[in-house]
Amino acid sequence: MDIRRGEFLSLLGPSGCGKTTLLRIIAGLSEPTSGIRRLSLATERSGQIAAGRIGFVFQDPTLMPWGTVLDNVLLPFRIAGGVGPAERKRVSAEIGAVGLAGFERAYPRQLSGGMRMRVSIARALVTDPELLLLDEPFAALDEITRMALNDDLLRLWDKRRPTVVFVTHSVFESVYLSTRIAVMRSRPGRIVADLPVDLPQPRERTLRTMPSYAAICMTISQHLAAAMSDETSK
Amino acid sequence: MSTARLWRLAAPLALGALVLALWQIVVQVEAIPPYILPDPLLIAETLWTDGPSLLGSLFVTLRITLAALAAAAILGGGIALLFSLSRVLALSLFPYAVILQVTPIVAIAPLIIIWVREPFLALLVCAWIVAFFPVVANTSVGLNSADRNLLALFRLYGASRAQTLRYLKLPTALPYFLVGLRISGGLALIGAVVAEFVAGTGGAETGLAFRILEAGYRLAIPRLFAALFLLSVTGILIYGLLDALSRLLLRHWHESAIEEEEE
Repeated sequence: MDIRRGEFLSLLGPSGCGKTTLLRIIAGLSEPTSGIRRLSLATERSGQIAAGRIGFVFQDPTLMPWGTVLDNVLLPFRIAGGVGPAERKRVSAEIGAVGLAGFERAYPRQLSGGMRMRVSIARALVTDPELLLLDEPFAALDEITRMALNDDLLRLWDKRRPTVVFVTHSVFESVYLSTRIAVMRSRPGRIVADLPVDLPQPRERTLRTMPSYAAICMTISQHLAAAMSDETSK
Repeated sequence: MSTARLWRLAAPLALGALVLALWQIVVQVEAIPPYILPDPLLIAETLWTDGPSLLGSLFVTLRITLAALAAAAILGGGIALLFSLSRVLALSLFPYAVILQVTPIVAIAPLIIIWVREPFLALLVCAWIVAFFPVVANTSVGLNSADRNLLALFRLYGASRAQTLRYLKLPTALPYFLVGLRISGGLALIGAVVAEFVAGTGGAETGLAFRILEAGYRLAIPRLFAALFLLSVTGILIYGLLDALSRLLLRHWHESAIEEEEE
């Protein structure tokens, strides 16, 4: 499977189909048992991918509870070894971009689940990555927060157009967000369908009520159902 | 603030007052002689008259206790850190730390007192042996408790071992370390007292433990109780101070340090 630069790819499938594993392999956090991962980013030099070129958002916000919002978003720069005025400015801008301006000094426990996830997204985006990997980031959130974060994510993606790989098990979410969807099945985990999502950009909330959206959701659901029945019949 | 906090103070105080009153009444009604059980008023009186001499001894014991606690914090934390850096070292040394912990200090104190000639140092070593283990054990757990995903994130951003330690493992371990320290505070005092019992130093540098022994031999039971009272108060103070330190350091983020009214 190839992931093209600048696309928003969703990996959709039942739990246990290896979506997270695939994402970790792409990030270089896990090694594939067979096959190879070849990653080519615009800024890489002699095969080395610089730190911060890949952003990762986990299912949990994965924040450091002892650090403020500012500390948490600053982390990638702190590890890279330089926290100057430019980095601070960048961090403030990113916190503003996810709608958390004014919460810089707040600690994670003082924030709601949705706000924590926003901090996590800000941290992933602050280094302006070329590749953004998201592992079911909104699965634990309520529907209202989830929709709001879907729109924010789209807005942020549209502004800078990083390549996004988004893991989810929600058909509606994947269709609403992506330009392409890969449907996966489990045991053995593999990709069974790879479909483009031909919907107008930028996506608006009204899209959720349109027949074209519903039609694609239908198609994707059928593929998912096929993947799962195939699995149970074995 | 409130009623919850008021209760936390008032309830144990009320119970204490009740027990003391009962104690006073029982001793007087039954006419129990003071060399068996002195009544609280007599103990208070002894505390007042013998206070100055006992306070001097308390100071000696306190010095050993605090030095042992400081050594437990620094060396205990250091040992745990070393363990986290080298698995081989942890595997080979940890059993001996356990052995040192489970061996009764009374049994090895005489040896230490023979080997370490300087009395203050000998007592310090005894108290330290009793006190250091909780810090090592707790801090070790803490250093290995870093969030898996955060560890992955640090790896993704190319963090060095030193950075992972500084920004992730040490902050994660801090609450564990502080729990260990709170336990060690009480143990350091116990260790100091036990060591003094064994060493039995007389003369100028006499700790509170020896005063207790001495009072026991002379059947000066009110004085024994007064010394015991001072010892308990010291233990409570040490615990209270360490608890306050823990709350201060963790006040922003750790569940244990967050006041109920904030929620």
